[in-house]
Amino acid sequence: MGRKLLLEHINVPGINTFDVYRSKGGYASVEKALKMTPEEIVEEVKKSGLRGRGGAGFPTGMKWSFLAKPEGVPRYLVCNGDESEPGTFKDRYLMTYIPHLLIEGMIVSSFALGANTSYIYLRGEMMPQVRILERAIAEAKAKGFLGKNILGTGYDLELYVQPGGGAYICGEETALLESLEGKRGNPRIKPPFPAIAGLYGCPTVVNNVESIAAVVPIINEGGDEYAKIGIGRSTGTKLISAGGNLKKPGVYEIELGLPVEEFIYSDEYCGGIANGKRLKAVVAGGSSVPILPANLILKTINNEARLMSYESLSDGGFVSGTMLGSGGFIAYDEDACIVRNTWNFARFYHHESCGQCSPCREGTGWMEKVLHRLEYGHGKMSDMDLLVDVSKKIEGNTICPLGDAAAWPVASAIRHFRDEFEWHVTNASEATSRNYGIAHYADPLKIVETA
Amino acid sequence: MLRVDEAQEPVEFSPELISKFDEIVSRYPQGKQKSGLLPILHLVQAEFGWVSAPAMDKVAEYLSILPIEVYEVATFYTMYFLRPQGKYVLEVCRTSGCCLVGAEKIMDHIEETLGVKEGEVTPDGLFSWRGVECLAACGFGPVLQIGPEYTFYENLTNESVDKLISDLKAKAKN
Repeated sequence: MGRKLLLEHINVPGINTFDVYRSKGGYASVEKALKMTPEEIVEEVKKSGLRGRGGAGFPTGMKWSFLAKPEGVPRYLVCNGDESEPGTFKDRYLMTYIPHLLIEGMIVSSFALGANTSYIYLRGEMMPQVRILERAIAEAKAKGFLGKNILGTGYDLELYVQPGGGAYICGEETALLESLEGKRGNPRIKPPFPAIAGLYGCPTVVNNVESIAAVVPIINEGGDEYAKIGIGRSTGTKLISAGGNLKKPGVYEIELGLPVEEFIYSDEYCGGIANGKRLKAVVAGGSSVPILPANLILKTINNEARLMSYESLSDGGFVSGTMLGSGGFIAYDEDACIVRNTWNFARFYHHESCGQCSPCREGTGWMEKVLHRLEYGHGKMSDMDLLVDVSKKIEGNTICPLGDAAAWPVASAIRHFRDEFEWHVTNASEATSRNYGIAHYADPLKIVETA
Repeated sequence: MLRVDEAQEPVEFSPELISKFDEIVSRYPQGKQKSGLLPILHLVQAEFGWVSAPAMDKVAEYLSILPIEVYEVATFYTMYFLRPQGKYVLEVCRTSGCCLVGAEKIMDHIEETLGVKEGEVTPDGLFSWRGVECLAACGFGPVLQIGPEYTFYENLTNESVDKLISDLKAKAKN
């Protein structure tokens, strides 16, 4: 059994209420942190080695230490709860079942950053979570953990929940800030980074829900203790949201460094592939990371066991590796059609492109059209090279990483499953495509027997 | 798109709605009231079922911003309906995780059951449906949501969708 730092009490009845949460040791980190100096808290987070859990994996403590501190200007902490990356649903789970953990983390983090007003930005579809958090905030405020003069220390903090309007791009931090200011979610050109000029032009830190929640055990146990969990530079625990053709899909808290094979096949986690099928491919960190065939997700190119960590998953670069990303883990069984899935991803990125940069606006639509014709039996053998070419022209040529996120799944699917695309050119038809994406082709070499 | 081709009914915001607007605007610093635009548009949609041009003009007036600033936001985000919808809008997630476990079959079943295509309204005005992008519930797919509360229905089957539709019909009668 791995250690649980975030989800330890998730099954306790009533843990979503203040009293039960408090009885399980909740809000202890606030009492401890308010006796420390903000610099000491930042130091603990630095020592913990915590890396941003939203996908980019940038060290949180370092991000905090970049925050500009001019006199007389407010500073803001904004929690990024715009969870829209396909495959990722851990933040929704955390906020639904244990909302006070996020609020506790927000109080400690806001104090460390010197923010007196903080916002939790949620995607608009999460209206139930907006209500859950607002109720929890009211409870915490009634008990003196929010508002004026928190616990008599003289520190003031107001915390608000802000719903978005349904746009994946608002998960990008500068697009999120634009949206929070009541505008379209068009990412800003950086620099200046939000740490210098963020919300309303003031110094701002934007952190993922899980990163902020992780601050609670870091303060409770100390940064050094937290850093002992995990492997190498991948410290601590991570929430993995597992979906797709798995026996037991759901949200799991793992210690970083867990072997991928154990995560997929052991009963403690996903329990193997559903319906006794075999594993064909995995998207390990949300739709934007490269897809890997089964043999490469279980073992690296050097035949070492692949681990759930930032380093091990990216071992081999984009040729034979992928990324931990946001921890959105999608498993595909032997019946899943990679071409149809790639088209599905391309449609998603075309739909969600903000349209600001031409390579992304035009390129994502172009890729979607070509993949659609491949899936529906009108493709050409030259289409695969065309797709790789278009993806290369998008990658790295846009203001924000959405362009890269759109290009990687397409390029990697063709890299690893080119034979399946070719099969579609010669064999697929309108009729087979209406079969809801059941595979028409499977390469036995890429498929792994269920344990 | 905005419907400028036909006259739209003027709207009035009730004092209760305005007081909710006031509460939202109080969350932001002085002069940054535009931050309230997205939450306020959600409230308007919950009240009227969609956001019409006159409603957007009223919101602009309330927030002391230009009407175009409201239009550009309402047309950018996918959750705002710019034309009338059914009383219940079934929004089915159509992205990878849900498709792997049968979301497309569910959408076909809804189309067949309701007898209207994506984006259309049933003749009785009760239902419309559409596919939406990732709803962040990939482990519990297929899922659909219904506004304005955005309640989730997970692990859908044809049978559970049938029951949901008949329950909503019964609810609408009462």
